[in-house]
Amino acid sequence: MQTSIDKLIKLTQPGQEADAILRKCVHCGFCNATCPTYQLLGDELDGPRGRIYLIKQALEGNAVTRKTQTHLDRCLNCLACETTCPSGVEYHRLLDIGRNWVDQHVQRSAYDNVRRKLLRGILPYKRRFHFLLSLGQMMSFILPDAVKRAIPARQIRSPWPDKQHQRKMLVLDGCVQPSLAPNINTATARVLAALGISLVKADKAGCCGAVSWHLSAPEEARVFMRQNIDAWWPFIEAGIEAIVMTASGCGSVVKEYGAYLADDKNYAQKARRVSELTKDISEILVNEDLSFFNNTIKNIGKPQRVAFHAPCTLQHGQKITGVVETILQQAGYELTHVPDAHLCCGSAGTYSILQKDLSQQLLINKLKSLENDHPDVIVTMNIGCLNHLASGANTKVLHVVELLEKGLRQGKSLN
Amino acid sequence: MSENRNTLSKQFLQFLPDNAVLTHNEDLHPYECDGLSAYRQVPLVVVIPETIEHIVRIVNICRKTNTPIVCRGAGTSVSGGALPLENGVLLSLAKFNRILNIDPVNRLACVQPGVRNLAISQATQSYGLYYAPDPSSQIACSIGGNVAENAGGVHCLKYGLTVHNILQLKIVTIEGELLTLGGSGLDGPGYDLLALLTGSEGMLGIIVEIVVKLLPVPECASVVLAAFDEIEHAGNAVTEIIASGIIPAGLEMMDRHATRAAEEYVHAGYPDNAAAILLCELDGIKEEVSAQISQVKDILLKHRAVQTRIAKDEVERQLLWAGRKGAFPAVVRLAPDYYCMDGTIPRRKLAFVLNRISELSEEYQLAIANVFHAGDGNLHPLILYDANKPGELHRSEELGGKILELCLEVGGTITGEHGVGVEKLNQMCVQFDTLELSQFHAIKHAFDPDELLNPGKAVPSLHRCAELGAMHVHEGKLPFPDIERF
Ligand SMILES: Cc1cc2nc3c(=O)[nH]c(=O)nc-3n(C[C@H](O)[C@H](O)[C@H](O)COP(=O)(O)OP(=O)(O)OC[C@H]3O[C@@H](n4cnc5c(N)ncnc54)[C@H](O)[C@@H]3O)c2cc1C
Ligand code: SF4
Ligand code: SF4
Repeated sequence: MQTSIDKLIKLTQPGQEADAILRKCVHCGFCNATCPTYQLLGDELDGPRGRIYLIKQALEGNAVTRKTQTHLDRCLNCLACETTCPSGVEYHRLLDIGRNWVDQHVQRSAYDNVRRKLLRGILPYKRRFHFLLSLGQMMSFILPDAVKRAIPARQIRSPWPDKQHQRKMLVLDGCVQPSLAPNINTATARVLAALGISLVKADKAGCCGAVSWHLSAPEEARVFMRQNIDAWWPFIEAGIEAIVMTASGCGSVVKEYGAYLADDKNYAQKARRVSELTKDISEILVNEDLSFFNNTIKNIGKPQRVAFHAPCTLQHGQKITGVVETILQQAGYELTHVPDAHLCCGSAGTYSILQKDLSQQLLINKLKSLENDHPDVIVTMNIGCLNHLASGANTKVLHVVELLEKGLRQGKSLN
Repeated sequence: MSENRNTLSKQFLQFLPDNAVLTHNEDLHPYECDGLSAYRQVPLVVVIPETIEHIVRIVNICRKTNTPIVCRGAGTSVSGGALPLENGVLLSLAKFNRILNIDPVNRLACVQPGVRNLAISQATQSYGLYYAPDPSSQIACSIGGNVAENAGGVHCLKYGLTVHNILQLKIVTIEGELLTLGGSGLDGPGYDLLALLTGSEGMLGIIVEIVVKLLPVPECASVVLAAFDEIEHAGNAVTEIIASGIIPAGLEMMDRHATRAAEEYVHAGYPDNAAAILLCELDGIKEEVSAQISQVKDILLKHRAVQTRIAKDEVERQLLWAGRKGAFPAVVRLAPDYYCMDGTIPRRKLAFVLNRISELSEEYQLAIANVFHAGDGNLHPLILYDANKPGELHRSEELGGKILELCLEVGGTITGEHGVGVEKLNQMCVQFDTLELSQFHAIKHAFDPDELLNPGKAVPSLHRCAELGAMHVHEGKLPFPDIERF
């Protein structure tokens, strides 16, 4: 597409990057076809092609108002559009640049500002979030139903395996996951232990930076990123094999550390190394021999029928497709048919809080397609999706590694 | 003008919600072009109605205020058909996205115009049925837009264009009347207005409901890929395949540039050093398909295919087509912009035309990638240019015009499936004479006497042709005047 980016903007690095991305877009409209918000709202401005155009307009020096901001806010950042685009347009980079620009030029309402600041001030901090969640869990009897459904029941932590193996991997604990579902990482440690791999944690690591990054606070996000890099570096030097992500949302951000810190003299190189070492748990499991799981499942009896919800950050963000399905099949599960598997569930980080109506509509549609084939259990790979789906599902929702670990335990109790 | 905008939008807002009437420049700009973004025009107002009743009311207001209307489906047209008018309303049909009824017994589906082409096949898949015409843009383009452009696609060689696959249309006329054209049978009494509306580019009526024919998904479909060192060999192979009496479900050719771009997009393992590749699909019952595949393979080898490969499974078959279908947008991996042409030529002239095109490409210093519906002679040269370089768009347009005229010269036509829109108006003057064009205008007037539906598109004014004719048409004669041009 033709562009005429504002001269001053074009002098900046983001301005040049945005221009290069915009030039790649041929305005074919393929991407609108798979965009969840375009499907719901039917307005060009709420689809990727329109958002790209809005960003182009803004960077060409045209006045922007709350209107443009609203349409950009409604974007889930699910990146279904990127998967669909034949021209290789890097929409996520353009959106980051566009959002930052617009947020610098358009004042938000006081209410909006407070909500966004609160989210940035709570979610990334393990302790603050844990405190509020515990409070919610304790007081749930006085909360309205809608809020109650969003608060998961307290989990009892199962023990971390203590046997040391020669192969070692590092795991990101994350910010909200340790409180919401502490068992996901424990289950991962136990599943990996069964495969002869020790999983270790770096206590000083925390939020991956996603919350701030997606709420237009890139510098704040970079602080989190540097903290994590510092926390992980000694482990990397000691030769860990991989940095394992059990939340695909975090994985998709950590894999971009290299790009996000490219201009930071002190961290660029380390960030690149971190990104290289970062693997989604599915990328680890698919290369291991899982027949062991299959055998235990066979002993239990009839294979469980599982509906897999592929998080956007896995299938579109990290472009990992078909891998989890392979793992589940190798481990002896039967997959149910899930129509429109490319669509977002509406969780999308803080989206479920900031864009409630759209998020709920997407959730309803997603649950319909996941429960369509009557699965025994729904599994996914990201804490955000897991919690969101569980808030409305009639079927149990688990992380894939929780399912695998459950199989292990049941297998053991049979032996 | 802003006064006009205000009075109109006030009237629309009486029955449409705020977010369905767009009047601010910030909101209007993203609607200023369709899939041909080189042509842009901000509309006066955008309306996004949800019911037929809404459309009727919009039409009534526009007729009374003498405001032109441009329909927009998915905005994927590559001829500027959905290009707005400065003083006009852009009427989006995006919210008409429901499949109203599927009748598996009679193999029909009744759909709203904004339903995506591919969504029909997806929704009917569980009945073992599908909708056959498959434009490369099928993931996104709307069925209403398909009817308006009489869209074709890879599989139209065997199954026909849109016009052969629809049974009934409901349209809203400029008088605000709801008309039903066609019926549930294959033929009806009276003139075939259904066919007339198909391909009418939004100039005769607004399509608000469509009954499409569905076909049983073939028991078996298989695709063979062949690579050639010379385009001419590929062309000869195509001619012989058709001459042998085989009707492939699809027969497509891509030249080196297009193949390379498509490969980068889908990683289907297309050979990257071939001058051209052919994709030939056969479908039907298993025995028939496997017999024909080996027959086709023999023909390909006879014409010096340097490599042939049969897709081993459905996944690979889909992948080979995905690359072909994404080839247009994928070519921007080679240059920032492309200008897509849509001529039709007699198949046997293929090698000649491609050679001339490559000469023209040299002459204009603009690279061209070629994608070709080889089976039916529909050629899509994609002129690669950089819109940010002053003058390049103009040069591409000129080169495009030359290519279309070349198509006419060898006895072809200026559009295969993408419609005329605003882009090929000049070439229409070359293809049709004054009398023919007058007849087109008469038809337009019968439906839309005040010229309010997509005025200025598809059929050039006689005045325009007269001006142009002085430059182009030698001695008032078309080349090959005796050749039928449809
Ligand atoms: C990458 C790419 C590949 C393509 N490949 C093909 C191909 O293989 N074959 C092919 O035939 N085309 C192809 N096209 C062109 C385009 O997709 C088709 O012309 C398609 O039919 C347009 O549908 P749309 O919904 O996008 O219509 P729009 O672009 O929105 O509109 C097209 C025209 O139809 C009119 N219109 C739309 N809806 C209605 C309605 N409900 N009532 C009345 N008029 C209406 C508009 O006014 C306009 O004149 C391709 C386009 C792209 C970008
Ligand atoms: S699919 Fe890609 S090239 Fe086409 S409009 Fe969307 S972003 Fe642009
Ligand atoms: S990221 Fe998702 S919601 Fe945003 S434009 Fe792309 S497809 Fe639409």
